[in-house]
Amino acid sequence: MDHISPVFWQFLVKWMTDFALFPPEASKIAPQMDALFFFMVLVSLIGLTIVILLVTSFSILYSKKRHPIAVQIEGSTLLEATWTIIPLGLFLIMFVWGALIYFRVYTPPANAMNIYVVGKQWMWKAEHPGGQHEINSLHVPTGRAVQLTLISQDVFHSFSIPAFRIKREAIPGRYTTVWFEPTTPGTYHLFCTQYCGTSHSAMIGDIVVMTPEDFKKWQQESTSGMSLAQNGERLFSSLSCNACHNGRPDSRGPSLANVYGSKLTLTSGQSATADEAYLRESILNPSEHVTQGYAPIMPTYQGQINEDGVIALVEYIKNLSSNYRVEQTLNTTGLLPEGEGTPAAVKQQPAGKTPAGQGTVKQ
Amino acid sequence: MSSTIVSLPDQSTARIPKTNFITKENGILSWLLTGDHKRIAILYLISITFFFFIGGALAGLIRLELLTPQSDLMATDTYNKVFTMHGVVMIFLFLVPSVPATLGNFLIPIMIGAKDLALPKVNLLSWYLYIIGGILVLYTMISGGVDTGWTFTTPLSTHYVNTNVLSTGLAVFIAGFSSIFTGLNFIVTIHKMRAPGMTWFRMPLFVWAHYAASILMVLGTPVLAIAIVLVALERTIGIGVFDPTKGGDPLLFQHLFWFYSHPAVYIMILPGMGVISEVISTFSRKRVFGYTAVAFSSVAIAVFGFFVWEHHMFIMGVSSYSMLVFSLLTMLVAVPSAIKIFNWTFTLYKGSITFETPMLYAFGFMGLFTIGGLTGVFLGTSGTDIHLTETYFIVAHFHFVMVGGMLMAFLSGIHFWWPKITGRMYPEKISQLAALVTFIGFNFTFFPQFILGVLGMPRRYAAYPPEFQILNVFSTAGATILGVGYLLPILYLTWSLKYGEIAGNNPWQATGLEWQIQSPPLTENFIELPVMDHDAYDYEWLERQKEKEVTSVG
Repeated sequence: MDHISPVFWQFLVKWMTDFALFPPEASKIAPQMDALFFFMVLVSLIGLTIVILLVTSFSILYSKKRHPIAVQIEGSTLLEATWTIIPLGLFLIMFVWGALIYFRVYTPPANAMNIYVVGKQWMWKAEHPGGQHEINSLHVPTGRAVQLTLISQDVFHSFSIPAFRIKREAIPGRYTTVWFEPTTPGTYHLFCTQYCGTSHSAMIGDIVVMTPEDFKKWQQESTSGMSLAQNGERLFSSLSCNACHNGRPDSRGPSLANVYGSKLTLTSGQSATADEAYLRESILNPSEHVTQGYAPIMPTYQGQINEDGVIALVEYIKNLSSNYRVEQTLNTTGLLPEGEGTPAAVKQQPAGKTPAGQGTVKQ
Repeated sequence: MSSTIVSLPDQSTARIPKTNFITKENGILSWLLTGDHKRIAILYLISITFFFFIGGALAGLIRLELLTPQSDLMATDTYNKVFTMHGVVMIFLFLVPSVPATLGNFLIPIMIGAKDLALPKVNLLSWYLYIIGGILVLYTMISGGVDTGWTFTTPLSTHYVNTNVLSTGLAVFIAGFSSIFTGLNFIVTIHKMRAPGMTWFRMPLFVWAHYAASILMVLGTPVLAIAIVLVALERTIGIGVFDPTKGGDPLLFQHLFWFYSHPAVYIMILPGMGVISEVISTFSRKRVFGYTAVAFSSVAIAVFGFFVWEHHMFIMGVSSYSMLVFSLLTMLVAVPSAIKIFNWTFTLYKGSITFETPMLYAFGFMGLFTIGGLTGVFLGTSGTDIHLTETYFIVAHFHFVMVGGMLMAFLSGIHFWWPKITGRMYPEKISQLAALVTFIGFNFTFFPQFILGVLGMPRRYAAYPPEFQILNVFSTAGATILGVGYLLPILYLTWSLKYGEIAGNNPWQATGLEWQIQSPPLTENFIELPVMDHDAYDYEWLERQKEKEVTSVG
């Protein structure tokens, strides 16, 4: 083998041993999407074969040598109708089939476990409700619907997991969601697929799919000791949100207990549902979202908290079912340290002792 | 019976006509200040060829970098600039003006029996605007480049990059006006300057295709200009239209951008389809099958093409119900393309086919465009779009349409009308070889990218996971072959300017009005006003003309 260049040899060996043609199917939606994909491949191959066969056989049969005089033909309405209606029919099948899958991918089931993901130049940060933080990786269990709520801190990013066949844009200033149910344990690629600047191609990571038991173990080992909602509670008091949103009869801001999911009437007369996007907007842009009966006195928190902080607050408000804890923390505000996003620096002083059912946190 | 239709005059006595549009006036100024649509077409041809080779060199750099998984040939920033400039140069300075501004400019007035375009000075102005845009792009490249991607996505382009976004934006803005003026000129000319008897349904399909593309240029390009002005304002004074912290919407930019840039795809491909109609008809000696269907499918593409832009944003949190509308309309726009392909195929039926170079390129177009079109359906289908969008699948798809489709059509057209433009034939054998090399190189380059896309390799990555290397090596190897395929024509076409055989008026025995006049044509195109008394592609009329000549000479 001396006469073969080593580079070429390496190339051949690699080709034989490490050659992927199709990505693994590791989520529940993947085989469904692949079924449609292969249907489309089949239709395309048949279409392409028909065109190639016709062109080749006409070229042979009617070459100038064999067929010196052309026969002029005007056209044929029947044929025109055929090649209008058949492709249209096939495309419509693909449209309907595709739309069914699209709705499935972007409509999370009610019982899905929610993980927040923040994209920023150039990393992915995942926040589990249990307080686990991850950078450029995401641990998820098999057999459980996992919903991702995505947002970008700066430019457009796109969260893509080819093995799950899902992808969702992370957009600045807006939550987007996607969900999946992993089926096969393993480590899969995570890519940012929307061009986002210098290190776009380094904004990659690992999706680690684990069995439910392993995942439980991982959750316990990697928790920061404070859940996301508890983190939000700390922020809630350090930003003095509780000075107004404390649920007292004379409070200057509306009570936030059970506000999540409720229908609100605004001073503008419009009604709004208090979902994640609404909560986020009313923190960052409060003057546009004043609940009826209250004065527009809330200052904006734009620039004071980053998206991670907003997520913690949103998660806290989502899980707030009574004002008991808000009142409690009201007295301890001064004792809490400033800043957020570094939960390790904070001793879990009020959180750990929270009595169950007192309206803080669902783990 | 010979297997060619080429009929050249006796080379020992034949001469290029002494008076023609090239020899009419001399000196560089006679070119730079000309109002002659044919001379402007030549100016365009030289300039777009120049930019094509710049864009091609950048493509070569991209493929070299992707030979290895690491980002080792260039820094990622450099790579980002290279693919951005490749996109900007190829789309705005090559593909958009390629067929319309060269072949369209040269042929549309002749094909409808007019002396020139309706607005010759506007035509010259459009070339100058193009050149200013081109110089600005070159300036951008020399002064450090730009790394937003050709899509200028906000807020990356407005707040996060420090490169020459403004000069690039200005270049695109100005080049955009060049294309608006070309489109406007075509529309006015086709409406008002047709020769007596040249009814709409006697026009060659090349003219129909350009008419449809012109409507897109005139209606779509201003929206791109607006989008770019807004980016510039946002970048300089921070007006906040696209900035969520100021109540703006970053997705709005993409709506505006794709409102132009999706129709732009049809601006690029429709004129190419026009070329294919002419070539297929001529080399199978038959009227285009279903003339009206092909003509109306061009118009249908132009109309539907305006209402599909949101399919670029299916994964970006747009309303699911608007997704349904746009996905459905995308399916509808795929149908006219299918109609065209089948009509061209059936034009061959019972024809008398020969295989000169333009026909080989046209066959290449049909194969590659069919693949490009069908893979477009994968992306228009919302479900599969989720997995395939923003990957190499999309890169492969639009290169099949733009390079496999449009560039093949452009080369087909250049070879087809080369004898008319220059008065001399290109060398046949080596051209056929070049067509074959291009076809093989193209498939080698871009087919592996479909597989890469299905595997999930994202576009615009300077570095990638090692398991994708093999396919990337294939793609780069193919690009080398493709490069040879593109270098060959520039060499032998230049050679043929001096040494090519004298072509005579009508070497292909084609029916279009442009073939009934001398090659190269007179500045006024026609000695006397032509009267159109037959349909387009009427080969029996051509036979009768020949018989008449023989009897009158006899």
